[in-house]
Amino acid sequence: MRLKYPSSIRIIRVPCTGKVDVQHLLRAIEKGADGAYVVGCMEGDCYFNKGNFRARKRVMQARQILDAIGVGGQRVEMYNLSSAEAPQFVKYAKEMHERILELGPNPMRTVKPEEIALAAGNTDNAETGHSAKVMGC
Amino acid sequence: MSEKTPSRLEKVLRAGHLAVTSECGPPRGSDPAAIKEKAELIKDYVDAINITDNQTSMTRMCSLASCIHLKLMGLEPVLQMVTRDRNRIAIQSDILGAASFDIHNMLCLSGDHQSFGDCAQGQNVHDVDSMQLLQTVRFMRDEGKFLGGDEIKRPPKMFVGAAANPFADPFEIRVPRLAKKIAAGAEFIQTQCIYNLEKFEEWMKMAGERGLLDKVFILAGVTPMKSAGMAKYMKNRVPGMDVPDEVVKRLAAAPKEEQARVGIDMCVESIQRLKEVPGVKGFHVMAIEWEEKVPEIVERAGLYPRPDVG
Amino acid sequence: MIVADKKPIEEIIEYIKDKERILILGCNECVTVCEAGGKKEVGILASALRMYFVNQGQEKKIGEMTLERQCDHEYLDELREIIDDYDAVVSLACGVGVQFTAEQYHTMPVYPGVNTCFMGATERRGVWTERCQGCGQCVLAHTGGICPVSRCAKRLFNGPCGGATRGHCEINKELDCAWQLIIDRLKALGRMEDYETLIPLKDWSTDRAGGPRKVVREDVQE
Repeated sequence: MRLKYPSSIRIIRVPCTGKVDVQHLLRAIEKGADGAYVVGCMEGDCYFNKGNFRARKRVMQARQILDAIGVGGQRVEMYNLSSAEAPQFVKYAKEMHERILELGPNPMRTVKPEEIALAAGNTDNAETGHSAKVMGC
Repeated sequence: MSEKTPSRLEKVLRAGHLAVTSECGPPRGSDPAAIKEKAELIKDYVDAINITDNQTSMTRMCSLASCIHLKLMGLEPVLQMVTRDRNRIAIQSDILGAASFDIHNMLCLSGDHQSFGDCAQGQNVHDVDSMQLLQTVRFMRDEGKFLGGDEIKRPPKMFVGAAANPFADPFEIRVPRLAKKIAAGAEFIQTQCIYNLEKFEEWMKMAGERGLLDKVFILAGVTPMKSAGMAKYMKNRVPGMDVPDEVVKRLAAAPKEEQARVGIDMCVESIQRLKEVPGVKGFHVMAIEWEEKVPEIVERAGLYPRPDVG
Repeated sequence: MIVADKKPIEEIIEYIKDKERILILGCNECVTVCEAGGKKEVGILASALRMYFVNQGQEKKIGEMTLERQCDHEYLDELREIIDDYDAVVSLACGVGVQFTAEQYHTMPVYPGVNTCFMGATERRGVWTERCQGCGQCVLAHTGGICPVSRCAKRLFNGPCGGATRGHCEINKELDCAWQLIIDRLKALGRMEDYETLIPLKDWSTDRAGGPRKVVREDVQE
């Protein structure tokens, strides 16, 4: 199954989504990602029992902070799927991609484009949107 | 037991009569008419009238001023005092103020937490607790001294009471707690509203077995229910209240317009039964915002006329 | 430990909005354990503030640093070399740390970044409860090891009050009645007779009531 998902997405692998902290999500947005979403295992299927639940709470916390500072909590999201669900993976990727397009570029880049783009290390996707994604097993 | 104060309530109790007290809540304003009118309604049917002290932590006219109004009408007030709002300076000072108007009865309470009232953001004091307040009043009266040790010129002559809730948890310490209040100096007890008569009787029996009933006058608290709704509210919402299902059922079984009458009937029946409980020395009739029913209850319960003790 | 809780970020922004160079200063002690003001929380707050100001079109310097403690001069001295690079400090330490930092750096505005709540313990992760109010004269020996000052809503020394229902406090069904706990404990210790001892009026002069307090120990002074 060679399914396609939006090329704007960069995958960062982590051992478990429980490893992802609020700081990582905020830092991703701060450094210029238009969005950051965490894809964890199905709830109840975490190898470490609670990793994906922790991740969800942290995503919600990051979202609350981003809302409070006016950057928009919608830029972060939490999804769950099993490793056998490639179509679901693609669906979430597209969903997030479309959401980002709708939200527009990250204000961190529109306000100070040159500096932030450098920090993000990628200028290719400035128009289509650029989202980091964190993938846990 | 000989009298220790000029209190009329004490005289009635020591003479062996069943005493009757009631209570009035001061108004939420400065017009004394409200308190005077309530007192006028019940004055011939009770031996003394408790004035509540910012009950449920809702700010009202102060208990002391309201007691003074009653005193000026020639009536017998019971000053309720909570430890929530006063430190030991204010407590002693208010006691002297009350004594200066010859107010001779006091009920010592800790008070509802301020979170129930209109100043939930306020501080509470609780410099002393209700037992320590009992000790304080007794010390001022019996030793004639301030807590600081100095002599009081014309010490207060207070007949000192406390509240008891036979129904609050945990039940096993309810009698030890009564013993503790007596040890702290309580001379009379006004109980929480009694609806669960069996439980009250059990409590009295246990108190009797410990020999407590010879040391204190127990006034059984009764409150007529206005409606099945009120009974449900008391059962479910009021902390430390024990309203058995039968009470709610009997009220609910009556048509709406009859419920108040049934409530009065039940209150009178309770008094009749409680009269037979050894150790019950009187009744505290708390008709909450329903003072006009006190005469009927007292009369039907066979407690009228009130004795003349001079 | 001293338990603190986060302040809303809007409140912190209000304090520092006119400053250009701001140091977010964490503390490695109590506030790290209660996850309100340690290194991680410093990172999150600093990141959020940077984003906020960029979004407002403002360029500000938001620095991050976490000290071992803010309630000891020796650790606060570590700030001396960098303090001049900043116009303001947001301290995520307890109120003690905020004040001690301000005392050490007299001309530097120091703002609180957390609300200091109480002296308490970790019941479980994310839940902290009060255990002590530092009244200065411990009564735990008389109350079965349960403190009526910090755990009873009316700090009754001869409780419980009439509002206790099924072991819970009248102000909140989630809250244990301290006196229920005391009685349970006295029973477990076989010391129920202690319940009947009247506890006399407390001397509150060693409490907050007596004014700001001080402990002087000549035996350990240098």
